Amino acid sequence: MDTILDILSAVIREAISPGTAAVAIAVIGLNLHFGYTGLLNFGQSGFMLLGAYGFAISLVHDVPLPLAVLVGLGLAFVFALVLGIPTLQLRGDYLAIVTISAAEIIRFVGRLSNLKDLTGGAQGIQGRTYQPAFVDLSFFGDGAWTLAPFNYTDVADGAGWVRALGGLVFAACIVATVLVGRRLKRAADPTRTAPRTGLDGTLGKVAAVVLVLIGLYALFFAMPVTYGRSGVNGWWVRAVAWTLVALSTLVVYLLVRSPWGRLLRGVREDEDAMRSLGRNVFAVKMQSLVIGGLFGALGGMVYVLASTVQPDALGRQITFFSYTALLLGGAATILGPVLGTVLFFSARILIRESARAYVPDSIMSAQQTEQFSFIVVGVALVLLVIFRPQGILGNKRELRFNV
Amino acid sequence: MPVGCLDGRTGLKSRHYVRTVGARAVRKGLVGTMLLGLVLPLLLLVGGSSASAATLCLPKPDETGCISGTVGSRSDPVAGVDVILRDAQGTDIETVTTEADGKFSFTVTEAGDYFVVLDDESLPDGLEQQPPRAAIAGPDGSVKVTANLGSAVSPIVEVRDEDYDAGGDSFTDQIAQSVVNGLRLGLLLALASLGLSLIYGTTGLSNFSHAELVTLGGMVAYGLVNLAGMNLWLGIVATTIVCAAVGYLQDRLLWQPLRRRGLGLTQMMIVTIGLALAAQYAYQYFVGASLQKVVVRDFGTTSFGPVTLTNLSFLAMAVAIVAIGLVGFVLVRTRIGQATRAVSDNPALAAASGIDVDKIIRLVWTAAAGLAGLAGVLYALVISNGIRWDTGMQILLLLFAAVTLGGLGTAFGAFVGSIIIGLVVELAGPLGAPGDLKYAVALAILIVLLLVRPQGILGRAERVG
Repeated sequence: MDTILDILSAVIREAISPGTAAVAIAVIGLNLHFGYTGLLNFGQSGFMLLGAYGFAISLVHDVPLPLAVLVGLGLAFVFALVLGIPTLQLRGDYLAIVTISAAEIIRFVGRLSNLKDLTGGAQGIQGRTYQPAFVDLSFFGDGAWTLAPFNYTDVADGAGWVRALGGLVFAACIVATVLVGRRLKRAADPTRTAPRTGLDGTLGKVAAVVLVLIGLYALFFAMPVTYGRSGVNGWWVRAVAWTLVALSTLVVYLLVRSPWGRLLRGVREDEDAMRSLGRNVFAVKMQSLVIGGLFGALGGMVYVLASTVQPDALGRQITFFSYTALLLGGAATILGPVLGTVLFFSARILIRESARAYVPDSIMSAQQTEQFSFIVVGVALVLLVIFRPQGILGNKRELRFNV
Repeated sequence: MPVGCLDGRTGLKSRHYVRTVGARAVRKGLVGTMLLGLVLPLLLLVGGSSASAATLCLPKPDETGCISGTVGSRSDPVAGVDVILRDAQGTDIETVTTEADGKFSFTVTEAGDYFVVLDDESLPDGLEQQPPRAAIAGPDGSVKVTANLGSAVSPIVEVRDEDYDAGGDSFTDQIAQSVVNGLRLGLLLALASLGLSLIYGTTGLSNFSHAELVTLGGMVAYGLVNLAGMNLWLGIVATTIVCAAVGYLQDRLLWQPLRRRGLGLTQMMIVTIGLALAAQYAYQYFVGASLQKVVVRDFGTTSFGPVTLTNLSFLAMAVAIVAIGLVGFVLVRTRIGQATRAVSDNPALAAASGIDVDKIIRLVWTAAAGLAGLAGVLYALVISNGIRWDTGMQILLLLFAAVTLGGLGTAFGAFVGSIIIGLVVELAGPLGAPGDLKYAVALAILIVLLLVRPQGILGRAERVG
C-alpha cells in the first residue's frame, strides 16, 4: 500500500512540476502551428532554447526581469522569421526538416566552448546565477505550504479510509466529467436531431467545470503535496508557471475563435482555396509560426526557472515529447495540449516508478526502468497516431491534416 | 561502493586515436559531443565489468583513499606499464604495473596532493606519456591529483605516439586529409541516404527512424563480430542481411497495413518518430549507453603523401562504392529499377501499367534497410570508432540534409548531396569552424540552398510547393 502511495505521490509531483507547465506552454504553441495551421514545426525545442538563453543571459547581465523576458521573446520572433521566409512557401516536410535542423544549429552553437562566457558551453548556465531576480519577486512569504491545506490528515487522524474516499471522489469526478463532456460534444453536433436536455447547454459546461474543481480538490485532499512557499523550487514558481499556462490557453482560445483563427483552419484544410479567396496564405502561416514560437520561448523561460539552462535538455527529444503530448491530448483543441502534457509526464513517471517498485532488479535495473518508460512512450506515440489520431479530446473530422 | 574507484576513465585518446592526425580532426568533434553523455553512463554502467581483482581499491571513510585509472583507453589499454606515484615533495612512494586491461590503482592513507607519472622505460616502443594540461601538470610531466580519504580519484594519464606533432601539418596537408575524410564520410552517408531517398520517392514518407536502422547495423555487427566472434567480413554480410530482413518485416507488418488504412503521410511521419524514440531507448535498454567496438583488432594505416587513413577506411570506401554502384546499376539498367523509378514518378500510373506497387515498395524498404545497416557497420568501424545508441541519431540530420540538398526523392541527388555534406562537414574544421559547429555548417548550407533552389540540386522544380 505504501509503495502505491509513494508512486502516486511521485506522479502528482511530476504532474504539477514547473517543467510540466513549461512544456505545456510550448505544446500550446505547437498546437497553434500543427493543430490549427497544419505547420509541421519540428523545432519547438529551438524556440524554447532561444527563449531560455535570451532570458537567462539577460538576467545574468543584470537586465531587469521584464526586459529579459522581452529579449527571450524577441529572439524567438527573429528565429521564426528566419525559419519562415525560406520554407513557408514550400511543402510541409521541408518545414519539418529545416525547423529540426535550425533547432539543432542553435543547440550546437549554445554548446560551443568558444561561447563559454556567454552560454556556459555544454555545461550550460547555472540556475543560481539568474534565478534570484525571479525568486525575489515572490510575495508568498517563507516557510512551507501544503496543497490542499485541509487534507486527509485533518479528518479521523488520517485513517486509510479517508484517503481512499478522497481517491474515490476523484475517480468519480473524472468519470462524471467524461460523461458530461460526451453529452456536450454530442449536443454540439450540428447533424443531431434529438431534443436538447438540461445538461446539454451552459448548465453542462458549468457542471463540467465544477466537477473538475471538486475532483482536483479530492485529489490533493487524498495526496497532499508540500513545498516551500517561495524559493527556487517552491509554490511561487509553480503558481507563476501554471498561471502562465492558463493565460496561454486563454489567449489561444480567443485567437482561434476570432476571424483570424478561421483563417488558420482554412490554411490547414485547403491552402489553394484560401489563396483563391484572395488571402495571403504566406502571411497567415508566418503569423502562426511567430505566435506559436513566442509560446515556445515562454515555455523555455519557465522551463529554466526551476532548473538550469542546459542545451542538451532542450534538444530534439523535447520536440518529440511535445508532439506525443499534443497528439495524446488532441491536436486542434483548446485544452488538449495541457491535458496531454500532464498525462504524458504523469504516465511516464507512473511507468518508471511502477517498474522500479515491482519489477525485480535482476530483470530490470533502475537505469533500465528509465529507458523502459521511454520505450513505452515511443510505442504509445505509434499506437496513438494509428488508432486514435484525434487524441483524447480531439474531433476526428476536424483532423484530416495533411501537409 | 563508488564505481569511480573501479573505472577511472583516463586515456580517452587511445594510441590508435592519436596516430592518425587527420582522423584526430574527425574525432575531435565527436569526442566533444560524447564526453558529457559518455562519461556518466559509463561510470554507472560498466563499473561491474571492469572490476578486476588486481586493481580493486575500496576507499574506506577516514582511513584510505584511492587513486586509480587506466593507461590507454578502455578499449585500447596499454598493459605492462610502470605507473609511479609520488608525494607532494616529489619522492616516489609506490610503483605498480598495469594489467592487461591497462588499469592501475594506488591506496593512500593521507589526503593531499600526489603526482602520477608513467615510467618511460616501461612504455611500449614508440609511445610516450602525453604532457598533461597546464591545470593538472606536475613536475617532470607528471599529473597532479588531489586525493581525499573515503573517495576515489582518477588522474588523467594519456599516451601518444612519439612522433606525434600537434602543429606539424601544413594547411594544404590538412585540407587534403580533410577532403579524403570528407569523401569517406560522404560515401557512408550516401549508403544510408540512398535508402532514405528511395523510400521518400516511392512512398512520400520522410522516415525519421532511418537513422535507427543505421544504428541497428552497428549493433548487430557488434553482437555478431565482437560478442559472437564471427569473422568481420562474414559479419558485415550477415548484418546487411539481418537489417534487410528487418526492413522487409517493417514494411510487411507496419507500413503496408498503414498504407492500406489510408493513414496520411503526416501521421506516418509521426509514427516514424515514435519508432525512432522506442528504438533508441531499446538499444540503451539492451546494449547500454556506452560506446561498443565492433572490432578490437588494429588494421594499421596507409599513407599517400599527406593523407593517412586506416586500411579499414579504404576497404569501407571500396565497399560503399561497390554497393552504391550496384544500386545505381539496378536502378538504371534493370526492369526492377525501371519499375522503381516509375513508382517514384507516379504510383497510380505505375499500378495502371501493371507494376505491383506494393512489391516494389517492399523491395525498396528491404534494400534501404540493408544499405542503412551496411552503412551502420562501416560507420562504426571507421568513423565513430564504435557504436552507441545515438550513433545514428547524430547523423540523421546530415542524412536529411544530404537528401534535401540533392533533391528529395532522387537517388542520384542523394548521392551527390551526401558527398557534398561529407566534404562540408570535414572541411569546416580546418577552415575555421570550431568543434561541433561543423555539423551546424552543413545544416546551415541546407537552409541557404532552400532559399535559392528549393527543389535541390538534381530535383525538378515542379516537385515542390
